[in-house]
Amino acid sequence: MEHIVIIGNGIAGITAARHIRKNSDKKITIISTETDYFFSRTALMYVYMGHMKFEHTQPYESFFWKKNRLELKKGFVNHINTDTKTLEFLSGEHFSYDKLIIATGSKPNKFGWPGQDLNGAIGMYHKQDLEKLEELAPDNKTCKRAVIVGGGLIGIELAEMLRSRKIPVTFLVREASFWNGVLPKGESTLINEHILDHHIDLRLSTNLKEIVSDKNGNVKSVIIEETGEEILCNVVGLTAGVKPNIDFLKPSNIEIGRGVKVNRFLETNIPDVYAIGDCAEQHKPIGNRRAIEAVWYTGRMMGETLAQTICGNKTEYKPGHWFNSAKFLDIEYQTYGWVFSERHKNEDEHHFHWRHSSENICITIAYNKNSKLFLGINTFGIRMRHEIFNKWLTEKRNMDYIMTYLKDANFDPEFYKHYENEILKAYNLEFETAILPVKKSWKRIFSKA
Amino acid sequence: MKTIKTIGLIIFFIGLAIFSALPILGNYQLKAPIFKELIAEKNIKSAIFIKNLEDKTFNKTFNGMQSLSPVIAEIITNANKYHIKNKEWSKKIYTKTSDMSALIGKKSAIGFIPNNKGLMWFLTFGLGIIGALLFILPNVILLGKKGIKNNGVYHESATNRGWIGWLVFFFLVSFYIVLYFGSEYATNWTFLVDPISKFLSGNPAGHWFVYGFMYCVIMSVMAIRMYIKYRHNMYQVFRTTSVLFFQIVFAFIIPEIMVRLQMPYYDFKNAFPLDYDFFFQWNLKDLLASGGIGLFILIWGIVLTLVIVPIMVYFFGKRWYCSWVCGCGGLAETLGDPYRQHSSKSLFSWKVERYLIHGVLVFAVVMTGLTLFSFFAETGTVLGLKVSSIQTTYSLLIGSIFAGVIGTGFYPIFGNRVWCRFGCPLAAYLGFVQRFKSRFRITTNGGQCISCGNCSTYCEQGIDVRAYAQKGENIVRSSCVGCGVCSAVCPRGVLKLENGPEDGRINPTEILLGNDIDLMDLLNKK
Ligand SMILES: Cc1cc2nc3c(=O)[nH]c(=O)nc-3n(C[C@H](O)[C@H](O)[C@H](O)COP(=O)(O)OP(=O)(O)OC[C@H]3O[C@@H](n4cnc5c(N)ncnc54)[C@H](O)[C@@H]3O)c2cc1C
Ligand code: SF4
Repeated sequence: MEHIVIIGNGIAGITAARHIRKNSDKKITIISTETDYFFSRTALMYVYMGHMKFEHTQPYESFFWKKNRLELKKGFVNHINTDTKTLEFLSGEHFSYDKLIIATGSKPNKFGWPGQDLNGAIGMYHKQDLEKLEELAPDNKTCKRAVIVGGGLIGIELAEMLRSRKIPVTFLVREASFWNGVLPKGESTLINEHILDHHIDLRLSTNLKEIVSDKNGNVKSVIIEETGEEILCNVVGLTAGVKPNIDFLKPSNIEIGRGVKVNRFLETNIPDVYAIGDCAEQHKPIGNRRAIEAVWYTGRMMGETLAQTICGNKTEYKPGHWFNSAKFLDIEYQTYGWVFSERHKNEDEHHFHWRHSSENICITIAYNKNSKLFLGINTFGIRMRHEIFNKWLTEKRNMDYIMTYLKDANFDPEFYKHYENEILKAYNLEFETAILPVKKSWKRIFSKA
Repeated sequence: MKTIKTIGLIIFFIGLAIFSALPILGNYQLKAPIFKELIAEKNIKSAIFIKNLEDKTFNKTFNGMQSLSPVIAEIITNANKYHIKNKEWSKKIYTKTSDMSALIGKKSAIGFIPNNKGLMWFLTFGLGIIGALLFILPNVILLGKKGIKNNGVYHESATNRGWIGWLVFFFLVSFYIVLYFGSEYATNWTFLVDPISKFLSGNPAGHWFVYGFMYCVIMSVMAIRMYIKYRHNMYQVFRTTSVLFFQIVFAFIIPEIMVRLQMPYYDFKNAFPLDYDFFFQWNLKDLLASGGIGLFILIWGIVLTLVIVPIMVYFFGKRWYCSWVCGCGGLAETLGDPYRQHSSKSLFSWKVERYLIHGVLVFAVVMTGLTLFSFFAETGTVLGLKVSSIQTTYSLLIGSIFAGVIGTGFYPIFGNRVWCRFGCPLAAYLGFVQRFKSRFRITTNGGQCISCGNCSTYCEQGIDVRAYAQKGENIVRSSCVGCGVCSAVCPRGVLKLENGPEDGRINPTEILLGNDIDLMDLLNKK
């Protein structure tokens, strides 16, 4: 029986394993050094915040693995010998495979800051980071202040986590406005304001120079690059992005760049070795996507796709329309299609932006300025239907159409206030159109593209 | 703000302590006029009973129910022993000991408590309400910006099965045991609410009135907590208002007023088979003897269960009843909300759930069938089974122990819907309709789920919501009561409760939305 070995029990590896099991009888082993069972990394924050216990982050009960004959093995793979098709563990143990899937995920970036490895300087990626944080910052007496370096999604989650225990937080963000490499200005501004509302000491256009140690090798303070200011703190969160967790592959024959180089079939340069999830790097980016896509959904999609190939139905990784979501403290964010920030958008991309006068609600719709073709939407504080936008993107609808049928897309809970009419009014004003809103129709919602 | 909360907590505990001490406080003195009243009211023919009562209780003062009730118990037992031996059935005392003690207690209480009802009300209910509000209201500010605030739920002793949780458990269980099995100890409580009862129905309060009143008070106070916690979520606000309204108006006020108008006591929203004694002989006889209104109630009760309930479930899901109207649901959604995370999500619990809840439904239906047969056939035994013993068993096991002691008492340990999930026969019936013929579903938003688990954790019915959401499948489960909290706590906007066409309600998917369209179609059609 063919033996499929998967390194990494994250969403990518587990999705691949589940789908291979669905379609075949192959022997499957999943290796991880982090935890015994698959858990949802995206939920780590809720454990620290007390919304859940760690066990709640595990989507499957422990009997699931046995029942589906998914063998689990704990250990750190130190080296892959692709000639003999064996894995070498840190423990010295050897383990052979017929087909190998590398799904080792990411690890936090560290840019060589002085003091970055002191006790008290942590990333927020692995379960061990969470445990470390619990030890370093159980309350605001032990941790009098925390400094977070890097204004991305994980940084703001870490800030929210620490604030949930009333720990003062200073948030160093290199950019002039929060996440403005991704978000257009209006939205980035909204989030800046919201961060301040949460009593987080947000420092924009600010870089870390060094982390200072006390005499015991613990974090004592950080020094700011621009001003030389010293900020006393007990914890430094390093959340300046992630990079593929593939150092152990360097001595092997597998081609790596920043990540494990793969083609559209998720194959590496070595036959029978594949890579998926955060650690995979496409030779050529797909569409507007990045070569390394470090998000949950793409890990899952790569897992689904590769399982087909492994089970004999060779399938190209062809992600559909881009979508993503996040939550900035209390504000939910969803995106469908592409909305680029001022920094990255090309000149044909224009934006229609609407923001509520008092609530933290806004949307930005990107369109082609010549054809009015709909390119994508960001929504803040309003939930929208994935299916609908996916369909509109496939059908290449234009702005007027989107505006006319926007009610179909609303996904807020029942009895919520609806804003489509207001949005349309603003749109009509801005574009000098006279579009009338159309009532939501189940028939349209369920119709296929 | 913190100080206000602490003061509130202290005041609340003072009120609670006085309330909890009342069952064993107070003095009772039996005098001749009371005695005569009692004999007449209960139509007591047992000379032994009367004599013994005279000998042992006359002109004596008893300190606390714990000294009076055993004496009465002994007198009844002795009298009955004698009458049974002599086969003097008409003289036997059929009133239960605790009812008899409660009755005597109510009539014979003297001293501070019955003489200062208003003050005593304030020292118990009053302090409890003020304290609880002082504890809850500061959350408007403390919780900060609107949004989901479950911070610390698993760090706090009260909500993480810590010692406070166990204390609440102990208190609730004891309370229900007094209520169902030791009602004489509730005597002093009845005095607190006598004025209210007199105002509504014209009668002094019994222990069920205490319970009804307390139920409304607790729901109102805890509803305020809900309003604050979910102030951003209109679904929760509307739903909470609705259950509160139905509890106070339909379950509490209307039945009392009906009594005042010489009509049968009836809660118009309490549908059979949750209202399990609706078809019991005594109730049918009662209704049939009450003229037009009795007949109306009889027809309404039948139409409610057979027509209104299923039609409403078809259009809106069982939520219209379970989390918008029902009293049990109402308490679960207010008092029980802090404990919702304790419902077990394991597959094992789901199996237990299906056996138990359907078992209870079968029990209720069979019992009712036998009851109706015995009613029309005018016999006490059907197929060799004594109908009244079946009814007693059901009332005890299901009506009292399961629905009350376990159903509410176990909130802090097994979550707030123990009864609704494992026991309620009406919920089982609604569940069938919801699962197989309804427009209601929880829609999963394409591929947006990140498997975080908030939805499953906070599902009070123990549904593993994530198991569906992460596969892109809609949630169509018979047990879902549509509380809407999964949708509220989801950080990615994945879930929406909605009523839509039946086509497309159940949507099995193999590959999630967002992946290559051809692959999706290919596999999902297969
Ligand atoms: C705090 C946080 C919040 C996030 N929130 C979101 C979000 O909201 N939305 C979103 O789309 N994405 C989010 N992400 C990103 C998302 O979690 C990742 O994209 C995803 O988990 C990657 O999955 P993966 O399967 O590729 O790898 P991973 O989940 O990283 O799993 C890889 C596993 O392999 C193990 N491993 C690595 N090397 C070895 C080795 N040599 N031997 C043995 N085992 C090894 C690792 O220990 C790890 O357990 C978040 C990430 C974090 C950290
Ligand atoms: S809460 Fe939302 S994102 Fe989290 S598992 Fe449930 S549906 Fe998925």
